[in-house]
Amino acid sequence: MTPELKAQIEEHIRSHKIVLFMKGNALFPQCGFSARALQLLQPLGQVHTVDVLADPAIRQGIKDYSNWPTIPQVYINGEFVGGSDILAEMAERGELANLVAGTSSGAAQ
Amino acid sequence: MLNEETLRRYILEALPGSEVVVRDTTGTGDHFEAHVVSPAFAGKTMVQQHKLVYAPLQPWLASGELHALALKTYSPEQWQKLGPR
Repeated sequence: MTPELKAQIEEHIRSHKIVLFMKGNALFPQCGFSARALQLLQPLGQVHTVDVLADPAIRQGIKDYSNWPTIPQVYINGEFVGGSDILAEMAERGELANLVAGTSSGAAQ
Repeated sequence: MLNEETLRRYILEALPGSEVVVRDTTGTGDHFEAHVVSPAFAGKTMVQQHKLVYAPLQPWLASGELHALALKTYSPEQWQKLGPR
C-alpha cells in the first residue's frame, strides 16, 4: 500500500467518530450487508461513509489496512470494529451504543 | 470436504480449552456456523476474537472450500453474563 493511500484511509478514520467503508453511499447502499451496517449505525450518530465502489484503490486498500477480507468495515473512535455480522451481534448484546459513547471497548469487561 | 467435526477439531487445536459447537447450515459442507467460548478471548474485541478463529482456517477460506463461516464468540465471562439459554 502506498503511503498516500494509507494517509487517505487514516484521514477518514481520524476525522470522524463513526466511519463506514461501504458499497454505495448512505442514500443508495449497493449491497445488503452495507445497508444493514448503515441501519445499525445511523441511530447512534452521524455516520461518515466511504464508497469503495467509487475508488478501487480504497476498496482493496481498506482490506489490507484492517487485515479483514470483506466490506463493509466499520471504524468507531479510530478503532476497527468489524463488518456487518459483528455489528449486528454487538447491537444485540447492547455493546454497540457503549462503544460509540466510549464507555466500553467492546471487549469483556 | 469439510464437515462439522473436522472444523470443530481445528478450532479446538488453535484454541485449547474452548467450548466449540459447529453446525453445517446448508448441509453442503461449505457454509458453517460456529459458536466458540474460549478463555483466549478474555479482554479482546470481537474482531480480535474472530481473527483468532479465522487464522487456523485460512487455507480453507482462501481455497474457497470453506465459503462462509458465521461466528459467535464469547469469553467465559461474556458467556456467563448471558445467563442460561
